[in-house]
Amino acid sequence: MEKKDQWDTVILPKINPFDLNLREIWEYRDLLLLLIRRDFVAMYKQTILGPIWFFLQPLLMTLVFTFVFGNIAQISTDGLPKVLFYLSGITVWNYFSNCLTEISNVFRTQVHLYSKVYFPRLILPLSIIFSNLVKLGIQFLLLIIVTLYFYTKGIDISLTANILLIPFIVLLMAILSLGLGLIISSMTAKYRDLVHLVAFGLRLLMYISPVILPLSALPQKYAIFIMANPMTAIIETFRYSLLGTGTFTIEQLMYSICFSLVAFIVGLLYFNQTQQSFVDTV
Amino acid sequence: MSKTVLKVENISKQYRLGFVGTGTLSHDLSRWWANIRGKEDEYLKVGEVNDRTKYSKSKYVWGLKDINFEVKQGEVVGIIGKNGSGKSTLLKILSRVTGPTTGSVKCKGKVSSLLEVGTGFHPELTGKENIFLSGAILGMKKQEIQRKMDEIIAFAEVERYIDTPVKRYSSGMYVRLAFAVAAHLQTDIILIDEVLSVGDDSFRKKCLNKMQNMTKSGQTILFVSHNMPALQLLCRRGILLNNGGLVMDDDMRKVANVYLNNEGTENKRIKNIKTKNDGLLISYFSLEVEKPGVNQPIHFNLSLSVINDKLLKLLKDGLALIDLYIDIHNSIGSRLISLRHMGVRIQQSESLIKVTLENSNLPKGNYSVSLNLNSVIGHLFYSSNILNFSILSLDGIDSEEEWLGFRLPSKLSIY
Repeated sequence: MEKKDQWDTVILPKINPFDLNLREIWEYRDLLLLLIRRDFVAMYKQTILGPIWFFLQPLLMTLVFTFVFGNIAQISTDGLPKVLFYLSGITVWNYFSNCLTEISNVFRTQVHLYSKVYFPRLILPLSIIFSNLVKLGIQFLLLIIVTLYFYTKGIDISLTANILLIPFIVLLMAILSLGLGLIISSMTAKYRDLVHLVAFGLRLLMYISPVILPLSALPQKYAIFIMANPMTAIIETFRYSLLGTGTFTIEQLMYSICFSLVAFIVGLLYFNQTQQSFVDTV
Repeated sequence: MSKTVLKVENISKQYRLGFVGTGTLSHDLSRWWANIRGKEDEYLKVGEVNDRTKYSKSKYVWGLKDINFEVKQGEVVGIIGKNGSGKSTLLKILSRVTGPTTGSVKCKGKVSSLLEVGTGFHPELTGKENIFLSGAILGMKKQEIQRKMDEIIAFAEVERYIDTPVKRYSSGMYVRLAFAVAAHLQTDIILIDEVLSVGDDSFRKKCLNKMQNMTKSGQTILFVSHNMPALQLLCRRGILLNNGGLVMDDDMRKVANVYLNNEGTENKRIKNIKTKNDGLLISYFSLEVEKPGVNQPIHFNLSLSVINDKLLKLLKDGLALIDLYIDIHNSIGSRLISLRHMGVRIQQSESLIKVTLENSNLPKGNYSVSLNLNSVIGHLFYSSNILNFSILSLDGIDSEEEWLGFRLPSKLSIY
């Protein structure tokens, strides 16, 4: 009789969640690149300022934070210039937050694609990770410019080899947001309530992260909440590696790494299991 | 013998009716609970045959039920069926957009699907950028698209606008471009859902030609369409679905005949229509075409019962005569043929009236029939759209001739 391996594709009611079919994703790499390009091009087409918007948004947010939290509330900024402190926090936070929001909604917003043609379902979440990476790159450039500005004004910023940690931090954030995003998107395909929860939860999470409040200025009794946020160590490490100021321990960083990896694996498996039939429920 | 490249085994698909999303948590929980206790999934049992015309209390329905078939390499198969018969669901499962509830599909080679024209087009991007994007979504490599770029642009006939964002395109240009990308897709198996009818006449012809070339190039193609003439032209094999089940899998021409006849039965027989004065009963009105194709005689059969004694007496005595009008309208509602038989005398309470239109000269297309019965004592019966039928051109060539003709001679006999 026939051998099983003579078929290229076998469609079954249930996918084995461990069968990730990475080779197929690799075959669709052109699509991934084109989607990233599409996101980038479509975003600033027909706008006057174009890519400048990528700069303006974190800059305006930084100014508001500097005014509200720095000048009015007088919250410590870890000895850093206020603008630099908030801008660095916002830059990394935005990447995480944008990735997570977009990936959580990917089934809903891209259903017109998903329901009409087959391509590896993971391509769209991956394209989100990468297009936000491009955005992060541009915003990082802004951060560098601002840092150099303060550096030339004689503010003590120790640019060291620690800066090499940054790619690792970004990778960690990508894994974390992809993992969490996949979990949430798989769930929102059926339980749409989560959409509201994510938007609200992310805002809340920002307030219990060191975007606004540095760990060093944190009252001990609340520390546990902020420590529980996997983004805490990531933001602190980022500040430390770029600006030389930040509080983090290896344990905290290990916690974030483990959290991210677990979220990533769970998300990947859950997404893989949901992807085949979510079109019917979304 | 060429090898089997697609094997569909026992495919079923269950859908939930009504509001998906409310109560799913509780259903999930009870499913999970049943699973833990080692019981059969109760929601998989309650599904029933999918007939959209019948109301059912069950919240689950089988969109497809136990579909089995195999497709050999190079075969071109047409899948036909009424709306809601499961054609698109089948194609969605084959193209992996959604998974089956039970069963399996095995395929060899690369499968691409074309379920919609213009999937992945982004309005802000230019025509060229969209060709790349849409092509990549359909599974083409960038190089492959690059290589076919000129061909695609030429096919779509939008050279001038190729660097303009597609949101500025007219809808016709948009679908032309979208279809052009899809038409240049080269994979082992292609699934196409009702996308033949895009653009204007000349473009449609071009598409049809392209499709014909595709069928000749040895690609395995599955078409879903309502366009019988096109399907008969393109496919040799047909699969007929009804209410989620596979009814027939045979030569396309035979399948199309069965389908068209069945389709007809829905509106062919009209039983017990009482007219206003309650005197007349039409037990059926049917239409027969001896063979599919243009220039075939069309027979209309009308069975009349006169149940009002007074009316019967008037008719028998010849005091009242029936004027019979059968009009044939084309798909946009213009009357093309009018068959008139004035002063028909009815002698019995039950009579069968046959009207034969020997040579209709109707071009291929879909038609509807209206029936009108009149007499001196008043209007007896009228129904527009009482029957529907299609004329197929079997040679597959679109006859572009203008149809000219009004009243045609037809034969009338009463039994």
